[in-house]
Amino acid sequence: MLQQLINGLSLGSIYALIALGYGLVYGVLRFINFSHGDVFMVGAFVAFFSAPLATRFLGSGWLTFAAVLFISILFCAALGAVIERVAYRPLRNRPKLTMLITSIGVSLLLEYGGQLWLGPDPRAFPTLIPNRLILNTPTLVLGQVPVIVMGFSILLMGLMYLVVQRSRLGIALRAVSQNQAAASLMGVSINRMVMQTFAIGAGLAGAGGVFYALLYPSINPLMGIFPGLKAFVAVVFGGIGSIPGALIGGMVIGILETFVTAYLSPTYRDAIAFVILIAVLLFRPAGLFGQSDREKV
Amino acid sequence: MKKYKVHIGMGLALIGVGALAFLQPYIDPYYLQVALYLGINLILALGLHFLCGYTGQFSLGHAGFMSIGAYSAAFLSLHFFCAWPDPIRFMLSLLFSGFVSGCFGWLLGLPSLRLKGDYLAVTTLGFGEIIRVVIQNLDVLGGARGLGSIPKWTGIFPVFGLLILGIGLLHFLISSTYGKGFLAVRDDEVAAQAIGIHVTRYKVVAFVISAVFAGIGGALYAHLVTYITPSQFGFMKSIELAAMVILGGTGNAVGVMISVTVLTVLPELLRGFAQYRMVVYALSLVVVMIFRPKMRFWERKKSLC
Repeated sequence: MLQQLINGLSLGSIYALIALGYGLVYGVLRFINFSHGDVFMVGAFVAFFSAPLATRFLGSGWLTFAAVLFISILFCAALGAVIERVAYRPLRNRPKLTMLITSIGVSLLLEYGGQLWLGPDPRAFPTLIPNRLILNTPTLVLGQVPVIVMGFSILLMGLMYLVVQRSRLGIALRAVSQNQAAASLMGVSINRMVMQTFAIGAGLAGAGGVFYALLYPSINPLMGIFPGLKAFVAVVFGGIGSIPGALIGGMVIGILETFVTAYLSPTYRDAIAFVILIAVLLFRPAGLFGQSDREKV
Repeated sequence: MKKYKVHIGMGLALIGVGALAFLQPYIDPYYLQVALYLGINLILALGLHFLCGYTGQFSLGHAGFMSIGAYSAAFLSLHFFCAWPDPIRFMLSLLFSGFVSGCFGWLLGLPSLRLKGDYLAVTTLGFGEIIRVVIQNLDVLGGARGLGSIPKWTGIFPVFGLLILGIGLLHFLISSTYGKGFLAVRDDEVAAQAIGIHVTRYKVVAFVISAVFAGIGGALYAHLVTYITPSQFGFMKSIELAAMVILGGTGNAVGVMISVTVLTVLPELLRGFAQYRMVVYALSLVVVMIFRPKMRFWERKKSLC
């Protein structure tokens, strides 16, 4: 039971990390960015390819892990910015569903481009950190990887919370997500903010990809589809635009999924996120922590 | 005479399709298959377009309705009325599939009373996934292995005949007084409510109609491929349908038909470059969306989509 809870929490913290980036992007542009999950996949692959290089120069250990993580985050952030500039900016003022379909196109492009380039077969992710056992009792076996994943995810999320709440960047970001026109009048450059938000969100997704690959060390170009969808469910579940909401939404989905896999049937795993989502939305249409805006006539 | 223009057009089209059906044995099986896929996609897309373009709702779960239709029709065709003549059994299966998926559409329509935009999109997406996973776990329906040896009854006449009927039905519905209510709900919910339109009921009815189209499309599909598995009706199928509708321009049935044709035929043309196929498809989706003409033709009417 406790074992499953810890597995669930570490999976949930990754969902929460992706969800956070999802939520930020959703906040400024108000559209479902389907390519987010595929940026997550790219993050895992960048780590996969940079790991041997980093190991050669830095040996194996914490420094390598940090370097690989850093490279993945940077690469994904750059990728996110490029995607925004090329695919989404020209559509900024079109109906939202146009952007939705474009993001699906970008997502398919990353998936099948990856499949073409890297081959469809899953690859074994190198062990960056050995899964040394911290606890080994008959009821509970705890390796260090889940704990590290959880710790780093929560650290990154805390950092993001500070950035969003305290820094000038965060203030501008929140201003843009509340009212673009007004923010623009206050001297916030909308284009730059949107691009930076995309970069941040994509960087978080990249980090999530690395952590996911550490937990489940088999990666393939289509690995991002379901984590991406579930992260979006986590965002909606927690309430769009709320960082604690994304955290809790991600955790709840991670834990429930692990429990369903362990106690019910693994085949129901992919449906459970949506079942809770629908249940929550029936009673709280704006998510757990979201504020519903009243429609003005 | 002018009043009956559409009736006459439909009648002539039906006769044309009937005549074409006699030629069916002489058509190259590959082209026939593509043509039938095209017809089925048109039925599916028109149903979704009714929901999206005319009522302003949105669904990313239409593959779910499609699979409900496909499975219920296949189940009926495999196990019931075995002694009856085939065309009647096929008709019964189609009716049944429309009925069952319509019921599910009603079920899903209920939460749509409270949800809007992206929340609605993600709920319908979740619905599609739930249906897929549930069917995967139902042994009666073959589980993940799928249902096989479904009789191959789908031909030119059922597909294009139903398509023409469907187009006619939607046309008359939209031009009727009752049907104007859908457009009113799309254009401004509050104003529609103010003039006494039952917004909720219209939304649910739109979901049901759309689901019936999807279900019948699914049933036709099942009796064409003769072998169905839950994974055929995954998230990707829903996305594909939504892409067809949005690319065509919502509120514009002709545009949708053009985009369905392009998006059905394009992957077939690319079959020669099998491994580049999906990449080219994805790229063209992005490029077309960005450079799509900003003519009024495409976005003629204000809508959610």
